[in-house]
Amino acid sequence: MKITKREVEHVARLARLELTEEEKERFTRELNSILTYFDKLNELNTEDVEPTSHVIPIVNVFREDEVRPSYPREEVLSNAPEEEEAFFKVPRILE
Amino acid sequence: MKYETVIGLEVHAQLLTKSKMFCACSTKFGEPPNTLTCPICLGMPGVLPVINRRAVEFALKTALALHCPINPSCRFSRKHYFYPDMPKNFQISQYDQPLAQHGFITIRMNGESKQVGIRRVHLEEDVGKLVHAGTMAEAQHSYVDFNRSGVPLLEIVSEPEIHSPAEAAEYLRQLRAVLMYLEVCDGNMEEGSFRCDANISIRRAHSPELGVKTEVKNMNSFKAVQKALEYEVKRQIKILEEGGRIVQETRLWDADQEITLSMRTKEEAHDYRYFPEPDLLPLEVSPVWIEEIRSSLPELPEERRRRFVLHYGLPEYDAGVLTATKALANYFEECVSLHPQAKVVSNWVMVELLGQLNKDNREIEASPISPQALAELLSLMDQGVISGKIAKAVFEEMYQTGEAAGAIVKEKGLTQISDEEELLRIVEEVIAQNPGPVADYRAGKEKSFTYLVGQVMKATKGKANPQLANRLLRERLGEPGKQTAD
Repeated sequence: MKITKREVEHVARLARLELTEEEKERFTRELNSILTYFDKLNELNTEDVEPTSHVIPIVNVFREDEVRPSYPREEVLSNAPEEEEAFFKVPRILE
Repeated sequence: MKYETVIGLEVHAQLLTKSKMFCACSTKFGEPPNTLTCPICLGMPGVLPVINRRAVEFALKTALALHCPINPSCRFSRKHYFYPDMPKNFQISQYDQPLAQHGFITIRMNGESKQVGIRRVHLEEDVGKLVHAGTMAEAQHSYVDFNRSGVPLLEIVSEPEIHSPAEAAEYLRQLRAVLMYLEVCDGNMEEGSFRCDANISIRRAHSPELGVKTEVKNMNSFKAVQKALEYEVKRQIKILEEGGRIVQETRLWDADQEITLSMRTKEEAHDYRYFPEPDLLPLEVSPVWIEEIRSSLPELPEERRRRFVLHYGLPEYDAGVLTATKALANYFEECVSLHPQAKVVSNWVMVELLGQLNKDNREIEASPISPQALAELLSLMDQGVISGKIAKAVFEEMYQTGEAAGAIVKEKGLTQISDEEELLRIVEEVIAQNPGPVADYRAGKEKSFTYLVGQVMKATKGKANPQLANRLLRERLGEPGKQTAD
């Protein structure tokens, strides 16, 4: 086993996901099969290959420091589950 | 038992760009909530962030000013955590390939220079601001304003080479001065554009191993940093002395109670699961670009301090105070250019002007007395038109009313009495009216002389030229200890 149920629970917690017992079992199985596949990729010798983070050979794409109008607030708040006095309203944060 | 304090500081400085790090929303402070946002800084799916060139330039400037070699290639990473101030659930930051590393800053403690290592300088984006309704205990909800979300931040991390709370405050003062000289950050700690977290541990003196550290947050001024760290040193020593163990945790400074409080840990240890940001291309900084930035660097506080010592012959202390901010150093130099007596100008700026400004909680930019106006006052004093004592009174008047020194002196008839005949008349009156002290002086009591000078000053409302008054009095009183028959 590459990954245990406990690790799946840990990752789910970090991502604030609530999983049922059944889902935990299923994701443990699926993640294991994915990681096993990576073992296969690891068989390749990549010693002289730079790690790829991008496939396009472009660097330094910038924008100039110019201000453009922001979105209207009504539009910004329109998808919020809850709002109050122009703020996004969220459950109370303890810390 | 002797202990050694080990402190490392992490500063987040908001960069003074007009627009945000990855989108064109304004970075303006104090706008109505959620009016400066767009799908990019709100973290909507499918958007494409693009790097603000000026933010990179500001970061490069700072890195070079802190003597950091620039990494020829760096990239952005996603730092994952879940908190309502950050809707996309990751912060774009730099991790394994920061912009620059391994620099230093020079600070001065008790007249000695010391270098503190800079571990890394990297770019990232700020997060939104949480507002709590009512007290923390009562609040049912929190409110989020995303105007700040995506504002460019420069993170500057020191090596753990700071060994006292006072040194930590000095490091921050110096670092803030560098950022402000570079004009890349406004340094406003209250508005949060210059923020600091501290890692602090203690260990037995000469022990090679570091102690367990705590992270202290929520310090909103240099004073708060110093007080919070002083408290932490005491707290940690007490635990060790009582045979306890320090717990590695985050603690919040409570400025009202002047204590640090343990903050419940929100993650099971830090597990940010960094990976390269796929939406941003790598950043490559060529030697040509570095040289271009280097040649644009202004004179920095450390250089300016040294120049003030060498060029103006000022004591180290004066030079340090006067170069603390660019505006103050400019004020001093403008004044000296008009009244070229550096030490006199330095004294007046440091004692009178800064004394008043500090009392009123004002910055030098808000001084009611311009450098030209101060130079005029000092020239009047230098030419003997007014005495030093009167000059101080005129200074006060100038500070309150903003009027020019010459006008005040004229209007109030404060011109010094340097006319020998006029002053002699007053001296003779004082001698005639004070037979007791005169006799005492002649009997050898030097103190009585000071009293008599005081009487002359009183009679002239402080306008007598002090040197002249002294000379005339001595002449008329004769040698002390000898009785003159008159």
